[in-house]
Amino acid sequence: MTGFLLRRLLILLATLIAASLVVFAVLQVLPGDPAAIMLGTGARPDTVAALRHRLGLDAPLALRYLRWIAGLATGDFGISYTYSVPVRTLIGERVLVSLPLAVLAIVLSTAIAIPVGVLAAARRGRAADAAMMGVAQVGVAIPNFWLGLLLILLFAIRLPWLPASGFPGWDGGAWPALRALILPALALGLPQGAILARVTRAAVIETLGEDFVRTARAWGLSRRAALWRHAVPNALVPVVTLIGLQFSFLLAGTVIVENVFTLPGLGRLVFQAIAQRDLIVVQDLVVLLAGSVIAVNFVVDLVAAWLDPRQRLAA
Amino acid sequence: MKGSAWRSPSLLAGAAITAVMVAVALLSLVWTPYRPTAMDFVHRLAPPSAVHPLGTDSFGRDVLSMIMAGAQSSLTVALIAVAVGAGLGIPLGALAAARAGLLDDLVMRGCDLAFAFPALLTAVMITALAGPGAGNAMLAIGIFNIPVFARVTRGAARGVWAREYVLAARAAGRGDAAISVVHVLPNIAAVLMVQATIQFALAIVADAGLSYVGLGVQPPQPSWGRMLNEAQTFIWRAPLLAIFPGLAIMLAVLGLNLLGDGLQDLLDPRLRRAR
Amino acid sequence: MKRMLLALAAGALLAGAGAAQAKDTLTLGMVLEPPHLDPTAGAASAIREVTYANIYEGLTRIDRTGAVQPALAESWSVSPNGLTYSFKLVAGVKFHDGTPFDCSVVQFSYGRAMAPDSVNAQKQLFEPIAGIACPDRFTAVVTLKRPSALFLFDMGWGDAVMVSPKSAATDKTNPVGTGPFRFRQWVHGDRVELERNPDYWGSQPKLKAVTFKFVSDPSAATAAVLAGDIDAFPLFPAPEAIDQFRADKRFAVHVGTTEGKTIVALNNARKPFDDIRVRRALTYAIDRTQLIEAAQSGFGKPIGSHYVPTDPGYVDLTGTYPYDPAKAKALLAEAGVKPGTEITLMLPPPPYARRGGEVIAAMWEQVGIRAKLVPIEWAQWLDQVFKRTDYDATIISHTEARDLDIYARDKYYFNYHSDAYRALYQTYVQAVDPKAQTDLIGALQKKLAEDEPNVFLFALAAVGVADARLRGLWENQPIPANDVTGVSWAE
Repeated sequence: MTGFLLRRLLILLATLIAASLVVFAVLQVLPGDPAAIMLGTGARPDTVAALRHRLGLDAPLALRYLRWIAGLATGDFGISYTYSVPVRTLIGERVLVSLPLAVLAIVLSTAIAIPVGVLAAARRGRAADAAMMGVAQVGVAIPNFWLGLLLILLFAIRLPWLPASGFPGWDGGAWPALRALILPALALGLPQGAILARVTRAAVIETLGEDFVRTARAWGLSRRAALWRHAVPNALVPVVTLIGLQFSFLLAGTVIVENVFTLPGLGRLVFQAIAQRDLIVVQDLVVLLAGSVIAVNFVVDLVAAWLDPRQRLAA
Repeated sequence: MKGSAWRSPSLLAGAAITAVMVAVALLSLVWTPYRPTAMDFVHRLAPPSAVHPLGTDSFGRDVLSMIMAGAQSSLTVALIAVAVGAGLGIPLGALAAARAGLLDDLVMRGCDLAFAFPALLTAVMITALAGPGAGNAMLAIGIFNIPVFARVTRGAARGVWAREYVLAARAAGRGDAAISVVHVLPNIAAVLMVQATIQFALAIVADAGLSYVGLGVQPPQPSWGRMLNEAQTFIWRAPLLAIFPGLAIMLAVLGLNLLGDGLQDLLDPRLRRAR
Repeated sequence: MKRMLLALAAGALLAGAGAAQAKDTLTLGMVLEPPHLDPTAGAASAIREVTYANIYEGLTRIDRTGAVQPALAESWSVSPNGLTYSFKLVAGVKFHDGTPFDCSVVQFSYGRAMAPDSVNAQKQLFEPIAGIACPDRFTAVVTLKRPSALFLFDMGWGDAVMVSPKSAATDKTNPVGTGPFRFRQWVHGDRVELERNPDYWGSQPKLKAVTFKFVSDPSAATAAVLAGDIDAFPLFPAPEAIDQFRADKRFAVHVGTTEGKTIVALNNARKPFDDIRVRRALTYAIDRTQLIEAAQSGFGKPIGSHYVPTDPGYVDLTGTYPYDPAKAKALLAEAGVKPGTEITLMLPPPPYARRGGEVIAAMWEQVGIRAKLVPIEWAQWLDQVFKRTDYDATIISHTEARDLDIYARDKYYFNYHSDAYRALYQTYVQAVDPKAQTDLIGALQKKLAEDEPNVFLFALAAVGVADARLRGLWENQPIPANDVTGVSWAE
């Protein structure tokens, strides 16, 4: 087990380094000079050169990469070119929007999808199953940003219950902040929930057909007990794996949904930083996002291994 | 086989919706009610009427015509993106399956690396790098399709490589490439078809998303995503503008998903049992 | 006695409650967040929209009408040859960090802007300065290399404010000035908060605190104002929603003017734009009124040269090339430009460019010009269009005030070279007599309209929405600023 863990950790590290190299290389080719952007149309070439020097942009490529990586390793994310504040502070402020949003979306989608999926599996072939899966089929096809628009139309404009956009921050109390996250979380979570419900249903049906469930039934276990005690726990492996995979989709999804609801999260920071050629922020963000995807998948693998009774026995 | 196809409602519905979408896209090349770029400053933000069945946008352009032209651009981008992904991913996956060992490891680790980048984020970066536009959107979405096809191909092909007649062909001295083309690929074509349908649907969503943030097909060429973005600005005055393009995206994706599900049921009897 | 005291206390309490009810804070909406808060080290208008006159002050200041007013210099005199300016400085002024303001600060601030390693975005403003002398603590004598008609106006720009020698290096994140408000905090991506400076040298502002909130999205801005989250949005990004606010008594809508000269900039060095007939044809092809209607919901004033109607010496030249597609076609044919010729039109992010570009493309199409629209970010615009002049045409609004000099520069991205214009501009800069100055401004505008190096479209309007009880906001934007020093709430 330790050997397995070590190997996985090594791969994780190697992937992270490769990702950082890719990001760094890609950004060097981007047209646009951060110094020129900061100084605007009236600036003279010598002024721009002076600023480039001050930002350390005139150092050789390899040196700049090493400086950056060394900083990352020690928790120093560098200084934002545009804001002149540590990138860590900048990201820290935004994470407080994006992370609760992603978590809320995952919780929502899981809370809806698993009961629906299990129920549909239990009622397989009946009208309830068909209706739920029909809705799920449509849900999968709705792009989250359009769902966001529809939710705004319905719950912010027609029925003025929730804010259409913006984020009041957490200083003003948890409730106003949560209120602002409800619609975005629904927009993000519902389509993912639809996918999850379909997978849950398929996985439960699959395990219902397996020998040990049949045996349990033959031993006189009620249908419901067989479902909840044996079929569902065993169906969790693919479901958990999918939730892990969805994390990556969710992160990407926040990029667009934050734009729909104008939330000051990581997604909008990415756009803003790309537009202003705040390269250091872009680099940090992409590596951070890629890193969290890698880390989440790593954890999911472990959880799946732990959940799977066959693998648990082997270990 | 043919008989069972007719019994699958999702296959039928999916095929029908997709056929309509393709037909509309093709039709828009030769005919739309109005020129989709023609502006009518007098009739701006007009509600649906007999003259403009879906109304007009803030420039007075006919929304129905724009949605028709949007179908064409959306399907084109998705098609080429999937073609890029399949065209590079399938050979890579087939190669990895044929030559287990270092090459296989390399290809698979490369896929892992690609999967670590959230797809849309990658696309945003690529389009920001190369400039917004249809071509770059295709490329960005296509690049993310490469590892998907590589993985699926490798997974399916490895099973085929273990079969006796393939081993026999190898023993007879046939090259890996020849075996891949003659024996392996035909055997996994069905799996790849299903995957391609699913990726096609995902590509339509991705294209709409990129267009929504202004990185997809560029004006004046209409696109569903950009129509939604513009609609949001006028959502207080003309909420309907935010409905129709979204419906179009949903229908296109729904059609392809149903088609994919139906195909999968048809080709994989074991899975059919589960559905 | 006791009872009376009690009554007094109750009265005081009541009065206190009453005072608390009269609002003394302001939340002001802005489209763009400033990159930082040092106007002497960056060009972004947003920096000035937060800091100008509120945090930082200069020797002179520009008022709401665009006129020059005394600020940290309470008076000045100019020598007859226009080369020596003697400023009498206000005594007893302290920066927010406690540093006293005197002539050495003037030397420091201007010196910093002129230094070889300066990162001042408007370094050319200081170019005429030959030296700054301090005969006594509160007199600053600035000598110029050559007369400069705009010198007092220029020293009123945000780029020429006084900064404290002790804290200038950290002004980007922690701005320190002499103004009536001082910096409290900045929540990145959301807002900047200022509070009243109790030690201000001048009269105290009525507001106790001001929050600048950043909302770039038009629909989000509409929602925030409707919900009362934002009290005033001076440059409101959703002109299409204005009717709604006009109909609502809780709000006041202001349509003011800006210095934003919106133009289709043409690369005069590139074919076919080197041909004056083509440039004129492209102008004849545009119906400015329809353009303003469709792209800006009707807000904006047509212009016929690089000068806005609100500035002194304006000449109305909008009739020079009236909308006339037939004439445009004829001119293009004469110049040998074939129908169907494609030109690329670069569109930076603001709606005037993105939406305007679509309308202009539709109008040009009517005369046989196919415009390929290329939306680009500011970063690329600055690099490709502005710096490398690798472009055909672009839509852009020049927001710098009275910037007729850009057409006289050796290298500027229009690639317009006219010795006649330059000579005229030199005469104007060196003119000392106000009457002569006004005449020369008119002549400069006419020369530009005649040569039409760019297609002059319209002056951007400052469409603002505010709570109807607010008093004292600037309605016009003679320079980028949200001077809230005179703002108060009606009882």
